[in-house]
Amino acid sequence: MSETLVSVQDMKVHFPIKRGVFMDRTVGYVYAVDGVDLEIKRGETYGLVGESGCGKSTLGRAMLRLNEPTSGKMVFDGQDFSALKGEELRKMRRRIQMVFQDPLSSLDPRQSVESILIEGLRAHGLDKGKESTNKRLRELLTAVGLPTTALRKYPHEFSGGQRQRIGIARALALEPDLIVADEPVSALDVSVQAQVVNLMEQLQEQFGLTYLVIAHDLAVVKHISDRVGVMYLGGLVEEASAEDLYAEPLHPYTRALLSAIPVPDPVVEDRRERILLAGDLPSPANPPTGCRFHTRCPWRQETKCDTERPALRELKPGHKVACHWAEQIQSGQIQPHEVKPILVEEGDGLSPDIPLVGPASVTEALNP
Amino acid sequence: MALLEVRDLTVVFQRRGEEPFRAVDGVSFDVEPGQTVGLVGESGCGKSVTSLAIMGLLPKRGATVTGTVTYDGTDLLKLSDKQMRDKRGSELGMVFQDPLSSLNPVIPIGLQVTEVLERHRGLARKEAMIEAKNLLDKVGIPDPNRRLKEYPHQLSGGMRQRALIAIALACRPKLLIADEPTTALDVTIQAQILSLMKELVQDLGTALVMITHDLGVVAGLCDEVNVLYGGKVVEKANRHPLFAEPRHPYTHGLLASIPRLDAAPGEKLTPIRGSVADNIPWTQGCAFAPRCPNALDVCVQVTPAEEDQLGRLLRCHNPVVPGTPAAEEVPV
Repeated sequence: MSETLVSVQDMKVHFPIKRGVFMDRTVGYVYAVDGVDLEIKRGETYGLVGESGCGKSTLGRAMLRLNEPTSGKMVFDGQDFSALKGEELRKMRRRIQMVFQDPLSSLDPRQSVESILIEGLRAHGLDKGKESTNKRLRELLTAVGLPTTALRKYPHEFSGGQRQRIGIARALALEPDLIVADEPVSALDVSVQAQVVNLMEQLQEQFGLTYLVIAHDLAVVKHISDRVGVMYLGGLVEEASAEDLYAEPLHPYTRALLSAIPVPDPVVEDRRERILLAGDLPSPANPPTGCRFHTRCPWRQETKCDTERPALRELKPGHKVACHWAEQIQSGQIQPHEVKPILVEEGDGLSPDIPLVGPASVTEALNP
Repeated sequence: MALLEVRDLTVVFQRRGEEPFRAVDGVSFDVEPGQTVGLVGESGCGKSVTSLAIMGLLPKRGATVTGTVTYDGTDLLKLSDKQMRDKRGSELGMVFQDPLSSLNPVIPIGLQVTEVLERHRGLARKEAMIEAKNLLDKVGIPDPNRRLKEYPHQLSGGMRQRALIAIALACRPKLLIADEPTTALDVTIQAQILSLMKELVQDLGTALVMITHDLGVVAGLCDEVNVLYGGKVVEKANRHPLFAEPRHPYTHGLLASIPRLDAAPGEKLTPIRGSVADNIPWTQGCAFAPRCPNALDVCVQVTPAEEDQLGRLLRCHNPVVPGTPAAEEVPV
């Protein structure tokens, strides 16, 4: 249980912002993921939460090298996954599978379920004869709770929940060690969400899977995960076990996030004190200096916050936080204060002192 | 007499060569000034169509609306298009789910706010601009003077939703219908918008109809909750009794299937089996019967009537006895 399966070290993904038709100059970067370290142990579920634009999906994709990371590496089961090439990489990919958010657009509409499931098996040479493959397909469908008649059907013939089951079956087909699930239930109706969540838990028990679950819904993540990492603007701000995080959030952002999530119980809702964050998420192309959260933080201090980027440090065993003042906030020495919302530039990440060279579009080039 | 009285509202969609589809089927509810009424349900339960029918926004061809929608003594469904246009925007406000597709992308925010003020309050452009600035300020948009000149794509999702609320509030409507106003937003922004709407109801005495699929939002905001399933209200109660003791198996199942933030570790979720595709038509019996753990033989033979039981309206032959745990999920 305590063996480390995945270790991500200082992962960075920066997307260049290009300007100009002829020169294709890079004028800035979107710092989607900016220095993330994390470890996932074999057999556990690691939940990654954050709001849209915080880089959680990019991080998941970069780990699988669906986007090449700018720097940093991922070590998978003792091997440096980021250094693998060609055939070795392809073979290794069998062991890491992904479940996507939108089950309809991630399944080929013109392939039957049978062909969707068999494709991966063939690619990795697991298709050993008709009989054994058929048996395997049936096993898979039974495991995800679909009737075997589903094999001949096409994705559009299924409901959203069933489609997500097909997506999970496809990931399971290759007997992976790690499944990265990017928003696996957010496209589904609430009554169906629970079915898929329960299915994922049951499969984990059955096959000893390790999950990385990426989601914006903290309630879902808390339910399904053993450990949770909270992301804000490309960096991890807090990491703890699911219970600890809920019982004792240490980072101001986590506190605000937890207090913002509505609970379906009027008694709790009436009693709750909300920490309302002022303003919007700053643009990842132009992130604030120092602590990324200082522009919206009700506990912001005069010193350090806007100059020094806090590192993730272990405050208690297994509970890491990236805040300069976590101890003082926790003990109540620092009290929250009012924050004025500041204007968030829908930034293209251009600092005003870089002059734009060249036309920005063809029309501009033709009609100066 | 309530500000808005919806009685037996039914919307039937008819496409050539297809069976007519009853999207909304005999929905009734009242809204008082300063009250928030919630319509909750999953996708396809008819909650959005209800709001469009009240506002007279459904297409004339293909959709048949019957029943009555009495607002302040007049039946909105009987008004002409012109009379309805006078009401919309001035007395009836609406906030839609997706702020980007409900704002005009080629007109600055400022003009979209002043348009309402000029049309309904007869203000001149200059006065309207000042008023628009105050409105943006009130809904919490920083630097409103600059924002007035900007286009929707230059604003973030939360700002756009605020701008949309500002437009809906421009003429101080007595009734505001919000259709999933926070679904497209992040939770921290959702909390901002919800607290803004709460303030409006308290300060201005606006009547609010809140349409959402999120039971958490309902729990914190709505006074009365209507749970819709397959176009019919299956349970209607005040929020405290509804959440404390859900009586309809659907409400009960829905609450048991949501992961709660304050749940004890290791607590299991109990999903509702099947999906909406399993529904039977209401004319045959209870639409929820095929998915219902409490289903009896009578449920697939007789349509349950809406009955007043213990201070709530319930449409069920075999309601949940308060205190029963959620039915164990039968493995699929």
